[in-house]
Amino acid sequence: MTAPAIELKGISKSFGPVQANKDISISVAPGTIHGIIGENGAGKSTLMSILYGFYKADKGEVWINGSKTEIPDSQAAIAAGIGMVFQHFKLVENFTVLENIVLGAEEGGLLMPSLTKARKILKELAAEYELNVDPDKRIDEIGVGMQQRVEILKALYRQADILILDEPTGVLTPAEADQLFRILDRLRAEGKTIILITHKLREIMEPTDTVSVMRRGEMTATVKTAETSPEHLAELMVGRKVLLQVDKLPANPGKPVLEIENLRVMDEAGVERVKGIDLTVRAGEILGIAGVAGNGQSELLEVLGGMRIGEGTIRLNGSDLPLRGAGSDARARRASHVAHVPEDRQREGLLMDFHAWENTAFGYHHAPEYQQGLLMDNAAIRADTEAKMQKFDVRPPDPWLAAKNFSGGNQQKIVVAREIERNPDLLLIGQPTRGVDIGAIEFIHKQIVDLRDQGKAILLVSVELEEILSLADRVAVMFDGVIMGERDVNQTDEKELGLLMAGVAGEAA
Amino acid sequence: MEKMPKWADVVLIPLISLVLAAGLSALVILAIGEDPIAAVKLMVDGALGSSYGWGYTLYYATNFMFTGLAVAVAAHAGLFNIGGEGQAMLGGLGVAMICLFIPWPHWTLALLFATLGAGLFGAAWAAIPAYLQAKRGSHIVITTIMFNFIAAAVLNYVLVNVLKPANSMDPASARFSDTVHLPSLHELLAPLGIAFSKSAPANVSLLVAVAACFGVWLRIWRSALGFEIRAFGKSEPGARYAGISPVKITMIAMMISGALAGMMAINNVMGEVERLVLNATEGAGFIGIAVALMGRNHPFGVFVAAILFGFLYQGGAELALWTKIPRELIVVIQALVILFTGALDNMVRIPLEKIFLALRKEAN
Repeated sequence: MTAPAIELKGISKSFGPVQANKDISISVAPGTIHGIIGENGAGKSTLMSILYGFYKADKGEVWINGSKTEIPDSQAAIAAGIGMVFQHFKLVENFTVLENIVLGAEEGGLLMPSLTKARKILKELAAEYELNVDPDKRIDEIGVGMQQRVEILKALYRQADILILDEPTGVLTPAEADQLFRILDRLRAEGKTIILITHKLREIMEPTDTVSVMRRGEMTATVKTAETSPEHLAELMVGRKVLLQVDKLPANPGKPVLEIENLRVMDEAGVERVKGIDLTVRAGEILGIAGVAGNGQSELLEVLGGMRIGEGTIRLNGSDLPLRGAGSDARARRASHVAHVPEDRQREGLLMDFHAWENTAFGYHHAPEYQQGLLMDNAAIRADTEAKMQKFDVRPPDPWLAAKNFSGGNQQKIVVAREIERNPDLLLIGQPTRGVDIGAIEFIHKQIVDLRDQGKAILLVSVELEEILSLADRVAVMFDGVIMGERDVNQTDEKELGLLMAGVAGEAA
Repeated sequence: MEKMPKWADVVLIPLISLVLAAGLSALVILAIGEDPIAAVKLMVDGALGSSYGWGYTLYYATNFMFTGLAVAVAAHAGLFNIGGEGQAMLGGLGVAMICLFIPWPHWTLALLFATLGAGLFGAAWAAIPAYLQAKRGSHIVITTIMFNFIAAAVLNYVLVNVLKPANSMDPASARFSDTVHLPSLHELLAPLGIAFSKSAPANVSLLVAVAACFGVWLRIWRSALGFEIRAFGKSEPGARYAGISPVKITMIAMMISGALAGMMAINNVMGEVERLVLNATEGAGFIGIAVALMGRNHPFGVFVAAILFGFLYQGGAELALWTKIPRELIVVIQALVILFTGALDNMVRIPLEKIFLALRKEAN
């Protein structure tokens, strides 16, 4: 038997009082795809950063191809044949594909010989692994899936035998993800070893040979993919049985609450991001907006939430809401009973340095029950925070703790509690479970369904197709600022929606 | 989890910084062949050893409280107001016009309206850079610095061409009338049977400054507007999400800031000199930045830091008077304190955080 391509022995790493990796050992056979799955904060990225030389482990050893290897920095990792494809690509946007591949690996003082050599190697790599990209296109001219290929090519150009991919499908359409998996298959067939890090269960099942599960810094299990199921992996990730499907009754839609007609939105650079869309959300239903990130969903949500100006018509319960000027800001939206859980809770939804109780008043700081004469009634806000924390099971239930000191799931619960408890007519909710642990996902989904069952209208934006399919009643797919199609969730599937997300128009519903 | 207890953040760090600054200053004094211990003794004696010394220390502290609060309020909105100097100059102009052109029956009324006038002029001067920032994106640091120079030029022009009495050679306004004379601490404390130096300039504006500290605390920490200012200062996308208008908050925060800086004029112009002179502000607007930094932008911290800087100013003046330590070196010492308490904050903070983390680990 050959030596494992990678073997980690007893890796431990702490950051201050937080132990991110606790005595972790894994062994990955050469020519296999090994998945590492775990919730956010389980320690996956720390482990990979140690392998790539970004962090130094407190304890433990790294063995590559049967010999003990020290990896003090990323140069050493590359020398050891490790290549990393980051979740956020590290490409220079206004350089060509070729220039990006050579960047950092230039030979000699002149650029031309390196580029010529790279062009030749690139051609060979393309033939060998079916990784076709146009070397002379600029990065900002090619799509996200292509950019990811460039990242993979970068690693292969540096003669990587071991590829680490961190959350590689986060920005891809389902079709692009399938393509990626085919590329990975091909790489495996050529003898490369691949480590795939993700928190998405579905994705780990498809391409991998073996899976390791991490929970709270520990490696809880390593199993053969063929011998496990998503439910089993979820249980290993969370440490208890979880409900993967949202338990809900059929919707009972009432009168239209939100009507959008010919809505157009420009971004700061003057680029039209929403190009004249029409949508209706009825009372008692959840309308999901699916789409790959960056196709105008964020701007749609922000206009409805009063965070940016737009053109067109939006009506709430039959009366027009202004889209610019007086009465179009977020405060006015709240006054007309529109609640908004923003896509990015750390940047928008919360003040990270402020106490939890201040965050409970955030956006509603003018509410009469929070005032006492000319001053704010901080005691009342704190009491209200305690009640909400109790109801939404926020841990720890301490109103004095700063928002940044809660976990992602508990931060999101603070935001969701604040918005839902206002009993809005319309709830706008963006990426409700991004960076949220599975246990909290279950809880938040239930709250959203409960609100729907009380006859409220909900507009859900999510880049997780799974989430839309399990939570929404109807789904509209956005691509390049337009609605590609609307479907009843029960009469569509991932494949059809995936095509719409990629901009391929289907037959009218 | 917090990296260290709050008391360490607000008390220990400034204290260590001060000790470091003092140590380095002692070395500097040693290097020019003077005795640092004698120098400290002289400073303490001169600034705190007599009611005369206290009178000057508190006079300076009053200036620094106003300008420190000004910087602190803007800082809460994420705005760096370096224009306190210019806003205080314009505040002086406001005070001078109110004191010169209106015959006040009593100093209390005069003080009330002079405070308003000073605040109004200061606020107006800060409103222009604020507008340029909010609407045009012109960086407030650049514009407020430029407005300091413009203010100096405006004052120069007004004093030479408008306010200077016809027969005077001095670019200064006429003396204010006796009815607007503000009671000094001597006059205030005498009825209570407390003897206080007659010749020290500290006056009733000190009480206005203390009230301003309290008022700012209420405004920033307890009111909905203060909440909006602090929220905007932490996160502009967050502010937009919460329906807080960036334009409105930038304008309001800068105008409160400018008003506070302008109010300094009731102390130096109305309380001390009793006429408007050139360079009446003596750099207090800039010291306000250090005061706010050291006071962690909290009104109580500003109050304490202002008294410390008052001590440094008065003690430094005594040093220059009685020793061979040159005036410039006094400025070096003051600069060291500013450097350590303000700019080099992280030099003390980061090692201290590590110590606290290690302690906590051991305790667990």
